[in-house]
Amino acid sequence: MALSRQQLSVGSTREAIVVDDLTRTQLVMYAGASGDYNPLHTDEVFATEVAGFPGVFAHGMLTMALTGKALTDWVGDGRLRTFGVRFRGQVWPGDTLTTTVTVRALDEVDGEPVADIDVVTTTQTGDVVLSGTASARLDP
Amino acid sequence: MAASRFPVEAGHIMMFARAIADPNPVYYEESAGSTEIGEVIAPPTFTMASAQFDPDYLLRPTIGRPWLGSGREPTGVPRSDGGGGTGLHAEQHFTYHRPLRPGDVLSAESRDGERWEKQGKRGGVLKFSEMIVDYRDQEGRLVVTSRMVGVQTERAPGEEG
Repeated sequence: MALSRQQLSVGSTREAIVVDDLTRTQLVMYAGASGDYNPLHTDEVFATEVAGFPGVFAHGMLTMALTGKALTDWVGDGRLRTFGVRFRGQVWPGDTLTTTVTVRALDEVDGEPVADIDVVTTTQTGDVVLSGTASARLDP
Repeated sequence: MAASRFPVEAGHIMMFARAIADPNPVYYEESAGSTEIGEVIAPPTFTMASAQFDPDYLLRPTIGRPWLGSGREPTGVPRSDGGGGTGLHAEQHFTYHRPLRPGDVLSAESRDGERWEKQGKRGGVLKFSEMIVDYRDQEGRLVVTSRMVGVQTERAPGEEG
């Protein structure tokens, strides 16, 4: 259900675990659905022996999509006006990610209430892997 | 370099929703009817899957050509430039005009944005470049704009990405 303006104030916040123990198979699923078959994310031999990483790691866009789930679960479906992030660190198989969404400002755009939201996703060790902002239309 | 025809399909949305581990009923045909919207829409990052419809997309194996990933050898395309750098996704920004639905047929048009350089924390120059993609629907109306920032590292592997 969509959020209404009345339910929110600046500083309203919510936290959600968006993936628990990320699997390599999830990375394969993301490659298949998105069409991004970069072997860095699905091919351990390539990732280690050719690219020099400790192993395969998640597509940044998978981390963004997992993060987006925390947003849409909160603000409702089809409510986002913008969603933008910086990728701050790599996400590895086995990681558990928590997303925190916080209302930074409440505005009105074209007569409609809008929430500006800060978004941060961290790993189980507290490392920030993604940070950004979103804005969403609210019910009055 | 973008998909000139990107048909949005319910089965593809279902696969994508599974791939991002999102059980939201609005992404699945059998349950979307019971949601507030009442029909399937696509998740916020779904336009990334337009790569499937981009004939020139480089991160998909092309039939009959050597592929970057491992087979007999750790890579089918040994580096010839001697560089150890890696291209990574640094930022991604979307602007939404309306949700995407099965039956939409989008066209994507991309253009280069800004370019800049930064000194990396681990030494070496990081080269950033921006690409903007406008997704329009079958009526020519803008539905989603994507701005992607990529970074090319001089050395492998970096902390960035």
